[in-house]
Amino acid sequence: MTLKDRIAEPWGTRTPYGSGGDWPVRVDTHLAEGVGPQDVDRWVQSASLLHSNGDAMDIAVKDNRIVGVRGRASDRVNHGRLGPKDLYGWQANASPDRLTKPLVRVGGKLVETDWDTAMQRIVDRSKALLAEQGPSAIGFYTTGQLFSEEYYTLGTLAHGGIGTNHVDGNTRLCTATAGEALKESFGCDGQPGSYTDVDHADVIALYGHNVAETQTVLWTRMLDRLAGPNPPKIICVDPRMTPVARAATVHLAPRPGTNVALMNAILHEIIANGWVDREYIDAHTVGFPDLEKEVKNYPPALAAEICGVPAEQIQEAASIIGHAERLLSTVLQGFYQSNQATAAAVQVNNVNIIRGMLGKPGCGILQMNGQPTAENTRECGADGDLAAFRNWSNDAHVKDLARVWNVDPFSIPHYSPPTHVMQMMRYAEDGSIRMLWVSGTNPAVSLPELARIRSILAQERLFLVVQDIFLSETAQLADVVLPAATWGEKTGTFTNVDRTVHLSEKAVDPPGEAKADLEIFIDYAHRMGLQDKDGQPLIKWHDPESAFEAWKECTRGRPCDYTGISYDKLRGGSGIQWPCNEENPEGTERIYVDGRFWAHPEYCETYGRDLITGAPMDASEYKALNPAGKAIIKAAEYMPAHELPGQEFPLQLITGRTLYQFHTRTKTGRVPELQAAAPDVWIELSADDAAAYGIAEGDLAEVETPRGSVQARVRVSGIRNGVLFLPFHYGYWDTEGGCQPDGAGRAANELTITDWDAASKQPIFKTAAARITRVSAGDRPSPAPTTTASAPVGDFPEGARTKGMASALADEVIDTAGGAR
Amino acid sequence: MKFGLVLGEMHRSENDLAHHLLLVSERHKVDHEIYHLARDLARWSQQHVRDIADIATDYGQDLNPEPHGEASLMETLREKGSELLGRRPETGMLLLHDLRELYVKSCGVSADWELLAQAAQGMKDRNLLALAEKCHPQTIRQMKWANGKLKESATQVLTS
Repeated sequence: MTLKDRIAEPWGTRTPYGSGGDWPVRVDTHLAEGVGPQDVDRWVQSASLLHSNGDAMDIAVKDNRIVGVRGRASDRVNHGRLGPKDLYGWQANASPDRLTKPLVRVGGKLVETDWDTAMQRIVDRSKALLAEQGPSAIGFYTTGQLFSEEYYTLGTLAHGGIGTNHVDGNTRLCTATAGEALKESFGCDGQPGSYTDVDHADVIALYGHNVAETQTVLWTRMLDRLAGPNPPKIICVDPRMTPVARAATVHLAPRPGTNVALMNAILHEIIANGWVDREYIDAHTVGFPDLEKEVKNYPPALAAEICGVPAEQIQEAASIIGHAERLLSTVLQGFYQSNQATAAAVQVNNVNIIRGMLGKPGCGILQMNGQPTAENTRECGADGDLAAFRNWSNDAHVKDLARVWNVDPFSIPHYSPPTHVMQMMRYAEDGSIRMLWVSGTNPAVSLPELARIRSILAQERLFLVVQDIFLSETAQLADVVLPAATWGEKTGTFTNVDRTVHLSEKAVDPPGEAKADLEIFIDYAHRMGLQDKDGQPLIKWHDPESAFEAWKECTRGRPCDYTGISYDKLRGGSGIQWPCNEENPEGTERIYVDGRFWAHPEYCETYGRDLITGAPMDASEYKALNPAGKAIIKAAEYMPAHELPGQEFPLQLITGRTLYQFHTRTKTGRVPELQAAAPDVWIELSADDAAAYGIAEGDLAEVETPRGSVQARVRVSGIRNGVLFLPFHYGYWDTEGGCQPDGAGRAANELTITDWDAASKQPIFKTAAARITRVSAGDRPSPAPTTTASAPVGDFPEGARTKGMASALADEVIDTAGGAR
Repeated sequence: MKFGLVLGEMHRSENDLAHHLLLVSERHKVDHEIYHLARDLARWSQQHVRDIADIATDYGQDLNPEPHGEASLMETLREKGSELLGRRPETGMLLLHDLRELYVKSCGVSADWELLAQAAQGMKDRNLLALAEKCHPQTIRQMKWANGKLKESATQVLTS
């Protein structure tokens, strides 16, 4: 057993392995001060909630309190490893300021009340609005952090009961483009990759994906390959000097907003040099001639000018990708939250498709997620889509869902695409959405252009319900606040990026009167009297397991088939990858084997959209394009971002995350080890820009865009010249302002633009025009971590480098004999 | 030959569509997708105007290659007005009206491109046909966008 400071060494000790080998087991454990493994009363099975990797773990319980976590050695995802947020994050559950009683607004103030009173207020308002205006008055905005059972219940009651089209999750901000890009290329959501592709790949290309910080354990797997024999080559596309960029064979740092031009140039090189699998293209795809024609317009020299990347680097990257024998491509927010999100992510799919690199070991695509249960938001219809990847514009699919729910197909709204959250905010602004129920997310910090969002949420005429575990910035604006249980306090399942389903069991009771989200939704449905067409309750389940069984039935025969999974099967052992059914009783490691897709017109989840205008295609267009259900190669032209730098705002602002915090810090900001590692907001700029503006490390600076301003201490980092970076985690709950700035702004979204990708509807957080001015000199370095993409360049005091407090020491046990499958 | 009339009409109708797209954009600044996309799509029509003027010289026609400009003062006024009125439900009806007009105008331009392509084939003018093949798909995308937005917006506006 080794003790490691996992704040200073987030990825722990190397366990090298070679191509095609088994990733060794390393079990990470962290227990509360003074508690040893022998003191633990019981270990309760679960998986990570503070990122999207799906690392399996056991929760340690002593005297009915959570006292630590330990990685599960037998799980396919992590082989025992845990990331820093897993190791320390559990402590947030026991924070003294958890919500323990419902709150209602009385005379302008939130006051404690009982569940009956709070629920009655919601039900009264819901019924009044339904009578007065109908379902168009009510919207639901959920998260990427609840469980399948909860999303399915919410989706069912909203779509099948209330009948509203206004349902979305905050996955719109993190993973909407992942889903949309898969739908555009393969006719259906569903990940064409597996984490085990890391074990086999000879080239791993990461597009806007700082995996070292977003999925630390997946990066650990890549680091272990890099440390072993015949390591893969790494291609990194990122304007920041991330840990991935530092490990890369080629690092491309494009100008923000130009990803499509870059991808088109890479595709240009691959096609022009004949590095394509002609046979695969002919047998399994449609649309290749369009791509050939489009990318002819993007020779590397032109893209070099648009993107500000040397043409030779583009050629070198394309050559490595073009010569790869086993290519794994991964994509995340650098593409999803930038200009032309879907078009760019689809071009990554195109690389693997035209190289015939799908459905084989080492050959895959991981369109990543940002949140632990984002995949379930998408599957269960809590992002507005119809449950189990049914196609809202295919009447047969609507009819089939109506059969599952035993309702009239006409009562399921399917007359237009679901209302995404940014449009819901618009409807709340124009007064046509009059009740908004927010569960498990914090739009008052996470949506773009916060001054506008606050003014919408604070309207008297909007009835705002917030269901959360802390009094977040959004909850402070609510009319009713419902205290919820969280991870470890309730049971449910969730699914990670590579389709692995895990069970997370209840370890301890929630505090006070807090209730599981599932219980709250079911209670609402019953109090509303929501019924099926035979007058029976619409929601026919009563606990997590019965909800899971209902969800399974809904997935029968669909791509995300869960029918072969049960709670019992998930207990012990490893997580299971869907589809899991009679044909594949142990789950399915790789989909799209031998060029078989879920894209047939009768089966597909969508007929697709125009990548530029976002206009939906109809059934006849899709049938003409893709009658046999092949992979769809979609080309796209580069369009410049809507807000470009100019004289007044000469720089470009991008926002993002750090390894040590999650979302708006509601949990991680209450965990001492994590909070100390990244205690406050900072602003990153390059050494050249720092010199040009006369700004030094640690100085206080102000960043402005046409929407607002933020003050932060400066980190001089390896970021691209002309680009500023702000982490988006820092809001106001731990400041005097409470839910808004009191003086200078702190939240990155004070600055971001209200604009979104027309196809995926994901907001654009990474292309705002900005300027920076120095406010005052600093007396110490900025609070930015030094272990990550925010690492300083130039001289830096050794004592100010990121390291953990005494309680940050965690155990590592390396199993040299191997063990996980 | 009546073909000169087609070119002149094509030039006028693309200019008109570009102008209308910009007008709709300005008028609905608070509907952000419409604001941004209408401006993007106006650029397509503006490019078509330049291309048409360019090829018109082959037919002895003198058409202005510069698309009608945006009246910048009016634009700002309309955007401000849009922001002030954005919280009132009546703006929804105006949006539907504008999208409907946009859809109809783009259908008209689409028909014009069909006429032009037919003429190009009759005259065996490859350049002209190539122009129609480049521009017409963009017109159809403008049309589908307007139609899609109309459908997407209608239910909420009309039932609230």
